[in-house]
Amino acid sequence: MKTLYLAIKYLAILVWSCFVVFPFLWALTTSFKTANGVTGGATWIPWLQYEPSMHGWKTLFGGAGGTDITGPYLNSIIVTGSASLISIVLGTLAAYGLSRFTFKAGFVRNGDITFFFISQRIMPPIVLAIPFFLLLRQLGLLDTLAGLVLVYIALLLPIAVWVMVDFFNNVPRQLDEMAWLDGCTPMTTFYRVILPNSVPGLIVAGMFCLIFGWNDFFFAFTLTFTNTQLLPVAIVALNSSVTPWWSLSASALISVAPLILLAFVVERFLSRGGLAGAVR
Amino acid sequence: MYRQKHLFLLPGLLVLVAIIIFPLLFTIRVSFSSWDVFQPGLDWIGGENYGRLLEDARYWGALGRLLVMAVGTVLIQYVLGFALALLVWGDLRARRFFRVLFLVPMMTTPVVMSVIWRTVFHESIGPLNGILQAVGLHGLPWLSEPTLAFISVMMVEIWQWTPFMFLLLLAGLVSLPREPYLAAKIDGAGPIRTFFAVTFPAMAGISIAAILIRLIEASKIMESVYVMTSGGPGTATETSSYYIYIRGLRDFQLGYASSLSVTYLVIMIISLTIIAKVLVRFFVKDRT
Repeated sequence: MKTLYLAIKYLAILVWSCFVVFPFLWALTTSFKTANGVTGGATWIPWLQYEPSMHGWKTLFGGAGGTDITGPYLNSIIVTGSASLISIVLGTLAAYGLSRFTFKAGFVRNGDITFFFISQRIMPPIVLAIPFFLLLRQLGLLDTLAGLVLVYIALLLPIAVWVMVDFFNNVPRQLDEMAWLDGCTPMTTFYRVILPNSVPGLIVAGMFCLIFGWNDFFFAFTLTFTNTQLLPVAIVALNSSVTPWWSLSASALISVAPLILLAFVVERFLSRGGLAGAVR
Repeated sequence: MYRQKHLFLLPGLLVLVAIIIFPLLFTIRVSFSSWDVFQPGLDWIGGENYGRLLEDARYWGALGRLLVMAVGTVLIQYVLGFALALLVWGDLRARRFFRVLFLVPMMTTPVVMSVIWRTVFHESIGPLNGILQAVGLHGLPWLSEPTLAFISVMMVEIWQWTPFMFLLLLAGLVSLPREPYLAAKIDGAGPIRTFFAVTFPAMAGISIAAILIRLIEASKIMESVYVMTSGGPGTATETSSYYIYIRGLRDFQLGYASSLSVTYLVIMIISLTIIAKVLVRFFVKDRT
């Protein structure tokens, strides 16, 4: 009975692991193929089944017959990085305010304001895409990095507020009170006492911002044309009827690589129980 | 002293209101206009767009498809995510390795992975049919047969987002107190009994949160559809977001698409509220 249970357990883990790894392995082996290797059918093992070549990888960095993705890569880093940073700053400030002070405006209380922030996640991107398009065109920000940063703040700010409100609610208030007794103003309390104690929360919030920013496709797709391409848009542009599978696979792999490293960070927090607060 | 409190809240709040509320109000206004390629600009045609969408079978079809796809994928993700979380919660060799591995899909860009999946599903030279043929079965038209295309899209969504369920549920499991388990052991309860009497009820809150968050995100499904099938074959995989995208940003019927958007948003808010209520009732009743 015990052995049977163990066998089923490991079999289940094995099956799911294969499912998870499958597309990555396929992309990896495809990225070393040439046109002949691809049309030759679903082959997996280089040298044995097909002749491997670095062609797919070379075209990504300006080689002949491919798309140079270094530009889009940089664009993605700039947009995701700056939008995340701004969202974290604004979101952390707002979250601290919501967690420590009482706000009242008519029937609106703290809880309602927090809900307003979080509820923005319900908004389907398509609902905002049309007005964003017209708005950015009016401002002359269509197809620019600045325009995308602006839109991404709307996307990421709710996440930052959501994680940080929860985090600050678990930071003891005595910490603030002691700082006040020492003559700190709320601003200096926040800056000198609370912020240094909030690094784990900031990391979780920052991580979620980076994930959602880096992985967005829709706004980058609808609000830019050719001047300002972000990475996912550049990759999807390769996806046509005559898809270059080799460079497509190679570019997909180096686009998802940085965030896969984040999985290790998440697991760290998970093992320490640091995420439990953030998801309640 | 408390005068400074507005310095904390207002910058973030004002930015969000400026970026979201004005565009939203603008959408509502545009939805009462006939803005399109031939008539670019605001006019007032009353509720004409809304009358038209009531008779738009393609719109309601997309909404029905979205409902099946969202509820179906989220339920499967919940069951699988819970099972996986339970598997790596207890004793296991290389536990941390599997935890990291199981988290990986949610870290990857959905649209980029959809591009890879499209090659996986390729009918003649894709690896999935390659494997089927290797074991002596026939290859299947994964993306060109309506039902199969629908299932393929769901499969990709499940691959991508089961890790999110896994993450939230495992975080919940890790933070459970140990005492009830000792009590259950002393009472001689088996693993199945322990699960339904101790673990499942204790996870009610987090289950509700996880399912709701995923339903909210799933109600926006369109990127995997756009990349893998473009809504086809026919309209077999067309979801609401994708249909609105076609009407608005491809046909450029901004007025009509705005009315579709507003209706879609209202339907989403109402149905998610109802689902939240139902979920609370279901999980809390199970507590007994």
